[in-house]
Amino acid sequence: MEHPLIDLVNISKTFDNTMVLDDLCLSVKENTFVTLLGPSGCGKTTPLRIIGGFEKPDTGKVIFDGQDITNLPPNKRQLNTVFQKYALFTHMTIAENIAFGLKIKNKPKAYIDDKIKYALKLVNLDGFENRSVASLSGGQQQRIAIARAIVNEPRVLLLDEPLGALDLKLRQDMQYELIRLKNELGITFIYVTHDQEEALTMSDTIVVMNQGYIQQMGSPEQIYNEPENAFVADFIGESNIVPGTMIRDELVEIFGARFACVDKGFGVNRPVDVVIRPEDIDLVEPEKGTLTGVCTHLIFKGVHYEMEVTTPDGFEWLVHSTDMCPVGKQVGIHVDPFDIQIMNKPESEDEEAVGVNE
Amino acid sequence: MNKNASRFLAGPYIIWMIGFTVIPLIMIILYCLTDGDGAFTLANVAAIATPEHRKALFLSLGLSLVSTLICLVMAYPLALILRKRNVGQGSFIVFIFILPMWMNFLLRTMAWQTLLEKNGVINGILSALHLPNLAIINTPWAIILGMVYNFLPFMVLPIYNVLIKIDDDVINAAQDLGASTAQTITKILIPLSLPGIISGINMVFVPALTTFVISNLLGGSKILLIGNVIEQEFTKGSNWHLGSGLSLVLMFFILVSMALMAKYDKEGEGTAF
Ligand SMILES: Nc1ncnc2c1ncn2[C@@H]1O[C@H](COP(=O)(O)OP(=O)(O)OP(=O)(O)O)[C@@H](O)[C@H]1O
Ligand SMILES: [Mg+2]
Repeated sequence: MEHPLIDLVNISKTFDNTMVLDDLCLSVKENTFVTLLGPSGCGKTTPLRIIGGFEKPDTGKVIFDGQDITNLPPNKRQLNTVFQKYALFTHMTIAENIAFGLKIKNKPKAYIDDKIKYALKLVNLDGFENRSVASLSGGQQQRIAIARAIVNEPRVLLLDEPLGALDLKLRQDMQYELIRLKNELGITFIYVTHDQEEALTMSDTIVVMNQGYIQQMGSPEQIYNEPENAFVADFIGESNIVPGTMIRDELVEIFGARFACVDKGFGVNRPVDVVIRPEDIDLVEPEKGTLTGVCTHLIFKGVHYEMEVTTPDGFEWLVHSTDMCPVGKQVGIHVDPFDIQIMNKPESEDEEAVGVNE
Repeated sequence: MNKNASRFLAGPYIIWMIGFTVIPLIMIILYCLTDGDGAFTLANVAAIATPEHRKALFLSLGLSLVSTLICLVMAYPLALILRKRNVGQGSFIVFIFILPMWMNFLLRTMAWQTLLEKNGVINGILSALHLPNLAIINTPWAIILGMVYNFLPFMVLPIYNVLIKIDDDVINAAQDLGASTAQTITKILIPLSLPGIISGINMVFVPALTTFVISNLLGGSKILLIGNVIEQEFTKGSNWHLGSGLSLVLMFFILVSMALMAKYDKEGEGTAF
């Protein structure tokens, strides 16, 4: 197996007596796009700053390409950071900003000029060499921050919510540009965001974090379709999380009704949590449904309708569908077996706190 | 209505400015351009060229420049340390630096006189320890010491105020791009804090150039700065015309210094408080 480019080994970090990272382990392979995803304040920036060298872990090691770089200062590391607030040098022109790292390394002038041109082209800002930082829009400044980092040909690019300050349209454009850049340059990206859609769109691997712990790590499809716990299910997209009982392999009981599923190995008559995505619920005639309920809410969302169906036990199922069901109508709920995701219930209070409450 | 109201509110300040700035200035100009009989003359300005006045002016310029430079060299690292410690405006360290500014300027300088005197406190301690005595009282060195002591906070504060506004991530970015600590200071921090530096230089240089109290108390009667000369013309010499002429020459140097400040500090970032 190829060895990872970056390895965080048992990293712990405490700020003011608060444990921010607890025994974090994370491996990043070369040439992948890894996203750290989690709610605000969960400790996403801290591992990034530890990799960048701006923060030292209390315990644990940072391994880069087989070398321990835990105590190496930032200016000696072969990686570059794109900061959340761009952090451009306002007393320099755009060209001087981009040239900064190369001048420090005493590269020849012709090489630097070439690089500036190339980088500006890459971020679609040709001809901006002599503009001042203040004359650029947020999106343009962001792209300059990226250009300033990539001209140094880092092996890893660290990006801390780089699109956080941009509007939706620009954010989507930039997402595609970043994916394009990553493919063109072959750099490993470690990306921090609290936006789950952004994470799903861009990443090869998503690391879902909460309260300093990794909740789940996997491809976007795995994270979305097979969340391992209620926190991940709840954080990634909308979902119905209901208590159920695993009757036996491939059969789960929810509110007294039995659903066929594809999960195995949870034991017999075990209480579990069941995740069903709103778009995976089919509303059918009442007599054809596994459960029946009444439609109690209807909103038109553009692409689909959002409905709430209340079953007799009082649970409100969130349903997304292109077919409308009027409020007050009796409907049946049907779910295909492979759309049902079974999760272990949290075993202790502690784990529950880590899992569900933010 | 609104315009009238704001005019009405500005009234007291306009009266203040006219009464205490504009009229005195006009009077100084009038005194400067006339002789004792009220006839027009440029002799009062030209008097700066006499050897004794020229000597006082050059000495003043020299001592203020040296003091300003010493203040800058001391203040910048201090401001950097204060910034790094991330101490707020209200913190103890900043308080310690502002504290002497609350004490009367005259008292502070007289205290130094007592400390530095031939039989003063410092020499008393040195003698007790059988160390050679310090003989800097009544020399230019004592004046420089007095200037640096009195004006250092005026250098620290504007620089510190600009430095704390620089985002940590800007410094991190420089290091991230390979800059060493020294390179980060010379290529990022100093250029970005230039408005504060310029402001600090002015706030030290201008009062140092015009002072006569510090030279009176610490320089003895032998060392005359241009401030002392002007003071004497107004008090002992009673030649207000000559005093005004020399004042205007001094004002020219102050205006040049202020113009430089305005040029480099367009955003007004470097103001001290
Ligand atoms: N320098 C610091 N001093 C004290 N506490 C800190 C420091 N840096 C981070 N923290 C705390 O550590 C926790 C995690 O911080 P971190 O910046 O890693 O979160 P985050 O997931 O990046 O949050 P956000 O999405 O809001 O940027 C927070 O509770 C924060 O208050
Ligand atoms: Mg953050």
